[in-house]
Amino acid sequence: MPTSVPDALNTLCAGLILISAFAMVATRQVQGVVRFFVIQSLLLAASSFLLGYSRGSVHLWALGAITIGAKVLAIPWVLRRLLPGDFYERREISQAVNIPASLLLALLLTVASEFLTGPLVMATHDPVVRVNLPIGLAGILIGAYSLIARREAIPQLIGILAMENGAFFAGVAIASELPIIAELAVAVDVILIAVVVGLLTRNIGQTLGTTEAAALSELKEDSPA
Amino acid sequence: MTLIAILAVPLLAALLCWVRPLRSVTWGITVGSTCAVFALTLNVSSEVISSRRAIGIAGWLEADGLSALVLVLVSFVLALACIFSGGYMRHGEHNQGRLPWFYSSYNLLAFALLAVPSLAEPNMVWVAVELVTLFSVLLVGFDNTASALEAAWKFAVLTIMGAPIALLGFFTLFWTYRSATGGSWETWEGIRTAASSMDPNLLKLSFLLVFVGFGAKSGLAPMHTWLPDAHSQAPTPVCAVLSGVKTTVPLYVILRFLSIVLVSPAARIGNWMVVLGLLSVGLAAFLLLQVRDYKRMFAYSTVEHMGVILTAAGLATGTSDFGAVSQMLNHAITKSLCFYVAGVILLAVSTREIQSVRGLLRTSPFAGSMLLLCSLAIAGAPPFPIFLSEFSILSAGMRAGQYAVVAILAILIVIAFVAIMQHVNGMVFGRPAVTHLTEALPLSCRFAVLVAAAPVVLLGVYIPAPVHDLLQLAAQQLGGH
Repeated sequence: MPTSVPDALNTLCAGLILISAFAMVATRQVQGVVRFFVIQSLLLAASSFLLGYSRGSVHLWALGAITIGAKVLAIPWVLRRLLPGDFYERREISQAVNIPASLLLALLLTVASEFLTGPLVMATHDPVVRVNLPIGLAGILIGAYSLIARREAIPQLIGILAMENGAFFAGVAIASELPIIAELAVAVDVILIAVVVGLLTRNIGQTLGTTEAAALSELKEDSPA
Repeated sequence: MTLIAILAVPLLAALLCWVRPLRSVTWGITVGSTCAVFALTLNVSSEVISSRRAIGIAGWLEADGLSALVLVLVSFVLALACIFSGGYMRHGEHNQGRLPWFYSSYNLLAFALLAVPSLAEPNMVWVAVELVTLFSVLLVGFDNTASALEAAWKFAVLTIMGAPIALLGFFTLFWTYRSATGGSWETWEGIRTAASSMDPNLLKLSFLLVFVGFGAKSGLAPMHTWLPDAHSQAPTPVCAVLSGVKTTVPLYVILRFLSIVLVSPAARIGNWMVVLGLLSVGLAAFLLLQVRDYKRMFAYSTVEHMGVILTAAGLATGTSDFGAVSQMLNHAITKSLCFYVAGVILLAVSTREIQSVRGLLRTSPFAGSMLLLCSLAIAGAPPFPIFLSEFSILSAGMRAGQYAVVAILAILIVIAFVAIMQHVNGMVFGRPAVTHLTEALPLSCRFAVLVAAAPVVLLGVYIPAPVHDLLQLAAQQLGGH
């Protein structure tokens, strides 16, 4: 089956989104993680513009614009405003799993999501769904993994937002006619997540002097009260 | 119209809390707004009882039996918890200067909690559930101590992580709905009528994604680990809201999805829900045995009751659905009472350790007797309402022929009962170590405890006709056969 140019470009975006998810797993510098997140969001917006063009859907154009406004502009700005500069210069010394092993696990998650979505992808004839659904699920799973493996607060937050990107990448294919109001509400919500978690991170940094999540291990059932 | 007012009042109150001349009366503003909302939700539910459905804006804000029930529960707990916090927040280590911050967050949480059941469009419901999580994170970390911030962080990461997974579930639902009907504006009601023509595999997938995503938020095992931390570290009135209704609200969304999936009998989702529900009940029952902190004890009991509700909904018969919604009602009113009492005890003895609270009946007769009452009620002793709803769930299981489920559930409930009563026994009776009652209990706290205790005692012996009608309408929405 010959694919149209926008669909082929969308597949390219899908590949780059996957690569940027891997890059987020591989980066140690907090600043670098944020940068790759911005690149991934730009790719998501590009993909929704492409599909909006090929399907003639205003909704997808709006979604692309909302993505740029919320994730490329607003969230990095909010994090800059909330957190002092030295948060960004940090390097993570300790990670629960080292980087080569993490990349291998991310690869396994990608293969797993290909298999998980297999039966659904077989049932549809839409070539875009066939690309976006597995890649979107892989984005969610890799984001969840980096949330578990990361020790610093900001990369954990970016992990959550990257999961959101994965959900939306699948969403542009399967729910392209979603009411614009719902998309707007989701964007506002994503910014609020960044604000609340950023505030929390700042308070933790001020109270405990560190933003390593590993320092937060006081509350356990067996700890002597 | 009433539904619009229900959402507008808390938003307005949240704004008023920041107006400079009004900063000293933020408590009064919040009490006023939550009580007004409670009256409005009663109005909505009477409208639902008489005409089955209340409509604020068609397609946007609609209430049926299930949402009216959740609305009433949420607003009841919110109003009493607010009255309770008047006396509570003035004591102890809470920073007085930040009270406007506390009450405006509280109003925003109220707005989000009320929005979930009154919104009719599922994608907007997702947004509202996320707002609930975010505003409760702010309140959990309010004290700004190291342990409160740790609890807030765990809570934020574990529950927000579920959000994108659930979002994919909502997208899948929309995909299924659109390919079956061609419409692009979905409502709960519209989806349920179209459910029989929708692809059952996709429906099942969307339900599972939402279950994983929102199950964490309602504290179902094995994603419950944030719950005891958040519910023990937050200021006590916030715990009452979190444990009483914040867990019920995502469960409401799960039940909505469950009712859609159950329309197509091919999906054997019901059995899975029973298994997962029993897992929560079992895990909570055994953790209850070794708990050391009485606020954590009540938090684990929340996990137990969420499991009971899920099990009942999974049985999916008409009577078990009735049991599930009455358990929802009874748990919300009883659990919030438990946390008010826990707050009173904390004010009286200023420790959360079960071991160091002894002979409460002698040092503080009010706190001691109320603790005994609320623990018997939450553990499910007759004649309290939880006993009635658990009994009806068990008998519904018997009638459905699920003897193994009934046996396991009954054993686990008994274990949880023994665990709670064993801890409480020492706290209430026993020999008081020190008579360290520092000051008299604030009047607003006593008032909130007494008002909260009234329905717990009353509903055990007599269910008024409107309550019964509302429960029946809510049970019909769950779609058991």
